[in-house]
Amino acid sequence: MRKTVNTSSRITILLTGIAATLFSLWYGQNNGLLPVAASEDASQVDGIFSLMMTVATGLFLLIQGALLFSAIKFRRRKGDETDGPPIAGNVPLEIAWTAIPTVMVLLISVYSFDVYNTMGGLDREASQDPGPQKVSYRSGQHPGSELLAFDPGQKYLALGVGASPQQKEEPEEPLPVEVNGIQYAWIFTYPDTGVVSGELHLPVGRQIDLKITAGDVLHAFWLPEFRLKQDAVPGRETQLRFEPNRVGEYSVVCAELCGAYHGVMKTTLHVQTPEEYEHWSQEQQIAQADKLENSVAATPNSRSASEFLAPYAERMGVESQTLEQLKASPTASASN
Amino acid sequence: MTTQTEVSTGAQPPEPEVEKQRTWRDYFTFNTDHKVIGIQYLVTSFIFYLIGGALAGVMRTELATPNPNFVQPEFYNRLFTMHGTIMIFLWIIPAGAGFANYLIPLMIGAKDMAFPRLNAVAFWIIPIGGLLLLGSFFVGAPQAGWTSYPPLSLLTGKAGEELWILSVLLLGTSSILGAINFVTTIWKMRVPSMGWNDMPLLCWSMLATSGLILIGTPVLAAAMILLSFDLIVGTTFFNPTGGGDPIVYQHMFWFYSHPAVYIMILPFFGIISEVLPVHARKPIFAYRAIAYSNLAISFLGLLVWAHHMFTSGTPGWLRMFFMATTMLIAVPTGIKVFSWCATLWGGKISLNSSMLFGMGFISAFLIGGLSGVMVASVPFDIHVHDTYFIVAHLHYVLFGGSVLGLFAGIYHWFPKMTGHMLNETWGRIHFALTFIGLNLTFLPMHELGLLGMNRRIALYDAEFQLLNLVCTAGSYLLAVSTIPFLVNAIWSWIRGRQASGNPWKALTLEWQTSSPPAIENFDEEPVLWSGPYDYGIDVLSADSEESVEELLSEVQADVR
Repeated sequence: MRKTVNTSSRITILLTGIAATLFSLWYGQNNGLLPVAASEDASQVDGIFSLMMTVATGLFLLIQGALLFSAIKFRRRKGDETDGPPIAGNVPLEIAWTAIPTVMVLLISVYSFDVYNTMGGLDREASQDPGPQKVSYRSGQHPGSELLAFDPGQKYLALGVGASPQQKEEPEEPLPVEVNGIQYAWIFTYPDTGVVSGELHLPVGRQIDLKITAGDVLHAFWLPEFRLKQDAVPGRETQLRFEPNRVGEYSVVCAELCGAYHGVMKTTLHVQTPEEYEHWSQEQQIAQADKLENSVAATPNSRSASEFLAPYAERMGVESQTLEQLKASPTASASN
Repeated sequence: MTTQTEVSTGAQPPEPEVEKQRTWRDYFTFNTDHKVIGIQYLVTSFIFYLIGGALAGVMRTELATPNPNFVQPEFYNRLFTMHGTIMIFLWIIPAGAGFANYLIPLMIGAKDMAFPRLNAVAFWIIPIGGLLLLGSFFVGAPQAGWTSYPPLSLLTGKAGEELWILSVLLLGTSSILGAINFVTTIWKMRVPSMGWNDMPLLCWSMLATSGLILIGTPVLAAAMILLSFDLIVGTTFFNPTGGGDPIVYQHMFWFYSHPAVYIMILPFFGIISEVLPVHARKPIFAYRAIAYSNLAISFLGLLVWAHHMFTSGTPGWLRMFFMATTMLIAVPTGIKVFSWCATLWGGKISLNSSMLFGMGFISAFLIGGLSGVMVASVPFDIHVHDTYFIVAHLHYVLFGGSVLGLFAGIYHWFPKMTGHMLNETWGRIHFALTFIGLNLTFLPMHELGLLGMNRRIALYDAEFQLLNLVCTAGSYLLAVSTIPFLVNAIWSWIRGRQASGNPWKALTLEWQTSSPPAIENFDEEPVLWSGPYDYGIDVLSADSEESVEELLSEVQADVR
């Protein structure tokens, strides 16, 4: 190993190293592997990915290069039955490859911590586990309302990604949307207007506050273009806060296995200009206002569930949540 | 070498029945010989590998097109549940235990494991557990994934789920019994002259593995039993309809199942550390760093479980804590990878099948390790959790890591185990097909996950089809790659060239006996005449012109 390294091979090593470093730097920035980023938070996450990709590319080239080089250069020659040099270690080298990775992962950790904090991941109200609350048993209110957990200061607590430190300063209230995951659909309720929808419509440039619950089994609410994901847990309420900054149509995917048709549990997120969003909201309110008496079936997960079922439930001795369970999990009841 | 051994044993007057040879019938009985048990483990787990692989083949066929047209989505869920469970609990974990069973007593100069009967019990639980699991196909196999998260696992068919639970409980018990045996054997039964730092590295990695098994598996058992109660008698430990908490199950499950990742990789770290120095003809680089990093990985491995739950019920500050510990675990792992590369560097490398798989292991495991650091970062993991990026990552670690390491071990110790050499040409073909197939199957999955394809789905968006087709093609290549191996192994076992006691001129103790070893391993207590990796001493004492082979034969003469 300690063969004399002559000048020309030193230069070769140096040039290879520089080329590998440059390539890593370039590839980290220009890998094009991620879909578009539709929020500032998403761009931040992409920044971490770029850094990690740069480091990973460098290490990849280093190790694979060493392997390939060894396989070619240090191949045993025919007839050579002797052993290699008895080098059993090199303390400075070992210290280097312990210390450098330690520093690198610490840097990545600190960077990730910072981004996560900026995203609102450490928002006190949105990053603490209130523990399981009662669910599915109680009749009466719509699912979610009994899930609220309060800290001693009567403040709302949930799990997930909340407001970033800067956003907390802003006077503007976020747009609240209640998200309910059931096998195999997402149902979005806009408490401000009472609109219930199977697709998510959001205005661009405004804080969004999603309160996520699940009606039957675990689901996970994933917005790939926003790099956000949070499990929907029956019995808990979880939260995601973000601000779309790019108009467009994005996918909403369920990422936690929730049954046979887990693969179809997806819908569309429409990020619209504030005007378009208002227009849509108005339309929905008109369309949904007068339908209850005429409808053959109403979604029991909407705000109107209790209202809709109360008289029947009383007469039949069936609690509304029981009905909801039955409707929400057809495969579950079938296989039981 | 075989004849020599026979002569020498024949020369000893008081032991007339030592000549007894193993017959094939012994391998189908409750035999307490660790070598028989080791081979029983390896062959049984390989059969389950073929079954698990066949399931994967059906899944990839289904995924060749976006629509569910080959199998029903419900059946698809059963497939990946069984695939995961089989590959983990019936292939990689028992195969690692098989190698350890076969090799550890030989490597430390013992006659057998510390508790031979317990050892046989531990093995025979495995086929029972395996058949129980496969039997679930007749009553509706489980379909909640190998993680079996409630409430879904409580709602998708009782019989199959309960069989799954019982099977996991049995296999976990087997694993615990094995671990007790490994720890005791390594601790107590080394030849007197072998200190801790003279142990082959496989022993170190099995110590670390066994520690994890002993700490983690009982917690999994507890989770399984509670889940069983929820399933059968309607308790609500994990069932939110009665106020139970599904998140608690996740904690209990991952408290075992993350360490299980290390239970699955550490034995193969050990195997690689044995294989590389022998075929590179160089001492292992930084023995102590590799040995102790096992312990570091084992310790840190117990503190990272919640990184599987970053998007689940984990509070923000805990996400940060588990990110930090997970990042740190890259350091001891990195030490190993660097040390292996340094072992190769400057050596005289024989590019035989064992070495090719060994180098393939480093290459593929590296990719899994790098993506592992990425998913440790909470903000990034939130994006890729439960996507194909994770599927890619875990297969690079478990297939690229464990399975390639396993094959490196098989090519390395096959002569010792069977007394026959494997065919090198077919071994290299096996490597080429496996390595190309592996990368073709799993590399595109990274991109699928980043783009937005979630895992565990039988149907997906049409935009992902091209990459999925590549994955499917790769998986067929992987299926084909087992054929040369199977033919080679069976043919060589029966007809292969006779192997000498030490065909690789290796220095660890298992090579100081005949191939296959005598029934109680060594005719006399072996002598530790060098460290396990002291290659290159012939270069040191250049004027004496002694090669390792000559030294070895000298030692053999001394023994006699």
